[in-house]
Amino acid sequence: MAGLSPPGVLFAVLGLAAIFAPFMTLAANRIVAGEGRALWTLAAPQITGPGIALMLLGLALGLPAARPFLRIAGAALGLAGLVWLLVLGASSLLAEAGDYARVSPAAGFWFLLVVFALMMADALSALSPGPAARAGLLVLVIALVGALLWSGALSNLSIAQEFASRKNAFYTASLRHLGLAFGSLLAAAVIGLPLGVLSHRNAGLRRALLPVLSFLQTIPSLAMFGIMIPVLSWLSGVIPGARAIGIAGIGFAPAFLALTLYSLLPVVANVLAGLRTAPAATLEAARGMGMTWRQRLTRVELPLGLPVVLSGLRIVLVQNIGLAVIAGLIGGGGYGTFVFQGLNQTAGDLILLGALPTVALALVSAIAMDILVELTTPRTEREE
Amino acid sequence: MIEIDEITKLYEGTAAVDHVSMTVETGTITVIVGTSGSGKTTLLRMINRLIEPSSGEVRINGEATSALAKHELRRRIGYVIQGDGLFPHYTIAGNIGAVPKLLGWTKDKTRARVDELLDLFSMEPAQFRDRYPAELSGGQQQRVGVARALASRPDLLLMDEPFGALDPIIRARAQADLRHIQRQLGSTIVLVTHDMEEAIHLGDRVAVMDGGKLLQHGTPAEIIAAPATDFVAQMVGGVDRPLRLLSLIPVSEALEDGTADGEPIAPDTSLRDALSLCLWRGVEALPVADGDTPLGRVTLATIRARAAELA
Repeated sequence: MAGLSPPGVLFAVLGLAAIFAPFMTLAANRIVAGEGRALWTLAAPQITGPGIALMLLGLALGLPAARPFLRIAGAALGLAGLVWLLVLGASSLLAEAGDYARVSPAAGFWFLLVVFALMMADALSALSPGPAARAGLLVLVIALVGALLWSGALSNLSIAQEFASRKNAFYTASLRHLGLAFGSLLAAAVIGLPLGVLSHRNAGLRRALLPVLSFLQTIPSLAMFGIMIPVLSWLSGVIPGARAIGIAGIGFAPAFLALTLYSLLPVVANVLAGLRTAPAATLEAARGMGMTWRQRLTRVELPLGLPVVLSGLRIVLVQNIGLAVIAGLIGGGGYGTFVFQGLNQTAGDLILLGALPTVALALVSAIAMDILVELTTPRTEREE
Repeated sequence: MIEIDEITKLYEGTAAVDHVSMTVETGTITVIVGTSGSGKTTLLRMINRLIEPSSGEVRINGEATSALAKHELRRRIGYVIQGDGLFPHYTIAGNIGAVPKLLGWTKDKTRARVDELLDLFSMEPAQFRDRYPAELSGGQQQRVGVARALASRPDLLLMDEPFGALDPIIRARAQADLRHIQRQLGSTIVLVTHDMEEAIHLGDRVAVMDGGKLLQHGTPAEIIAAPATDFVAQMVGGVDRPLRLLSLIPVSEALEDGTADGEPIAPDTSLRDALSLCLWRGVEALPVADGDTPLGRVTLATIRARAAELA
């Protein structure tokens, strides 16, 4: 066993098992439950053969512990095999089925996708790439996935058909989702940063504020969105002109407000934690040499605490991208619209049309923010 | 000249510093020594108003410290604390240049001053300027801390247990460096320590504090020879007192003509060290020479006579 990468062995075992699971489902129409199809029943052997071979080769290349580049190549080959089988399998299955038939990836596909993605991530982390390399990789992956979607190779899949019939709604929902997630992050930052700085200086404010923010955080998300409905409808009734600027019981405003309230605790708590990272002796020296509190804040406390502050914003962003789905329930728009429509129509692929972009957005944001945190970490040693 | 005038700090009715007055002459080192809780650090921190006095005032060259804004006052006073308090995210040049930057010096002037100070502390500027504090040894960090406090040529340097975090060998070196640099620059220094040995070694004047009160203020010799209270006597170390007195006198002040056998000693060797050498070598006299020039000798009898005359 020496020389074998333990995760590589695990991936190989899981991957081999997943090959026997149903790879795609074929359904008579978009509503009925489909029938699972194993890999080798998708199409003629001359089509499935190369794809299966690529994946087996990929799993094998993932085994040597000392060769991360080989493992990366293995993961890439596996992913290529996966896409090959998905694209060719979809058209082959549709060719033999009726006009309303739908094909979707099934458990086997998703499982293999996860296995190869983890294999890639594990091999990459062994190389510990710097922030610039990670940013480059992120852009490369986005470009490859974008090109795959753009090429139309996946247009036979059921989810692509759901997309094709709602193109405009999808773009509107995307903008709305981004607006909710990033807008509430911005609002929470604009309110939370000064609040954090003030609570850092004023222990009384800190003691009063943190329990309130913690309490807000404990309200279940569904309830929070629910509470906003009566509160904002009341406001829109009392304040003249409120309705004209979009303040109403349902829609964007209550969702935005709920997300902002949720975000305040992580922002304020991380600002406080960040400002505490400066060593006590350093602050004493800064005071003793005649820095005003503003100079201590901008020259010492904030630069040293910035990575912690940004980690807080990262938590908020990823959290809000997920929570914004619930905004769909109260007419707030975003990808949640598709999720809840799909749930009502028992159309699984419509749910995925909402869920997959949400997951992708959260992943990309998390990686991008991690890169930003690393870039803002102050240097305390010379680069050799 | 620094005048501390009837200064008092009350915490909930209890005096941490109780009506303390003393004068620090320009160009001297005054060491405030006391146990923890004696009020020595509170007294020091009232000089640059990190702590506001409850009553009394401090004057620097005749000007009351309360007349200036706090941050303006502090920029004129160097401040060194235990564990140096360097900015971990600034280079050595950035750390030393911090106060000049606050004062709005030009980049060129600051850079020249940084290099000058690094030279003064025997740290090659080209090698150390762009390093970060984490890359330096404890002794080097401490020197950068002192250099930073001296950067703007302050009227006064306050030091709070500056050598407390250093190991004994590096501490002795740092004390010698400080003494040397203070002589060279003519700085006025007020230093706080709990270590009487350090106080006697560094201070032109020593102030002993206990329970918020100034018990005695005088030269090291006065403090050792005539302790004002039992507490001071205890601080200066009971039976060690004659030895401490001898440690203040160089052999050049006890020279007599003649020669002696053995390796000659330097004229700035203390009488205590000379006594120790006599006992160690089992001799009655030691030759004294300045380099290759013989100056005379010092005898055990002379040392004994000096100790008796001081007691």
